[in-house]
Amino acid sequence: MTHSSDADVGSLPLDTMRLAIELEIPSDIRYIERVVELVTRQCEHLRFTARHCALNVPVALTEALSNAILRGNRESREKHVRLKARLDFVSLVMEVSDDGEGFDLENCTIDPTTAENIERVDGRGLFLMRALMDRVERFNDHGNVIRLTLRRG
Amino acid sequence: MSFSIKKQGEIVVVDVEGQLIVGNRQELKQKVLDELEKGEKRFLIDFSQTGYIDSSGLGVLVSLSKKIREQGGELRLANLNDDLKTLFELTKLDTLFQIADTRERALESF
Repeated sequence: MTHSSDADVGSLPLDTMRLAIELEIPSDIRYIERVVELVTRQCEHLRFTARHCALNVPVALTEALSNAILRGNRESREKHVRLKARLDFVSLVMEVSDDGEGFDLENCTIDPTTAENIERVDGRGLFLMRALMDRVERFNDHGNVIRLTLRRG
Repeated sequence: MSFSIKKQGEIVVVDVEGQLIVGNRQELKQKVLDELEKGEKRFLIDFSQTGYIDSSGLGVLVSLSKKIREQGGELRLANLNDDLKTLFELTKLDTLFQIADTRERALESF
């Protein structure tokens, strides 16, 4: 049996690596930052761009988790939010699900950049997810799973 | 994540350390509103030590901007890094706020 040196490990090709994260949190917004940090750190390991790690991933995932906790589960202590994330050299796919009744993605998106909406306090969450991810979709018919896809580009 | 507030002349300067997100936005809002209630009129929020901001954080900034304006006051933002600038540009909030590159320029702009 031979042992690889650190230098050998560092030079291993990233395109063969795949990583999966699966976790469940209570409906409590205080958990969001730690979950986001966990996912972002894995993106850094797989050398996603600095912009992806500092902006696209943390903001979009924060929006998905807070929607699930506040709107999906209405902060009910008995309900939970689940995250499944898969990362590889091509993309990051995150699925966030809650125990709520679901929502219609299309009907919830407003354009917060228009003159009439620019001073709205709310309404930027889905807009930001769409702007920062390559794909945002309702994943099941029930409407309580949202899937976010970011390609490394 | 935390917010520190200090007076620089007639200006209330708020430093946002860490994230400004759904979990702590109310803390920032309350701190600024407390100062507004004391009669302060000029506010500068400095983001030089800020990580990321979510839609709730942006919403609080919009809300504070309105409340400060209603009281005849002024709000300036400073030190947005490139990622945060992009966030403000995407949401067109760069057109709503007066944003300075540095704290010094923001202080001079009042």
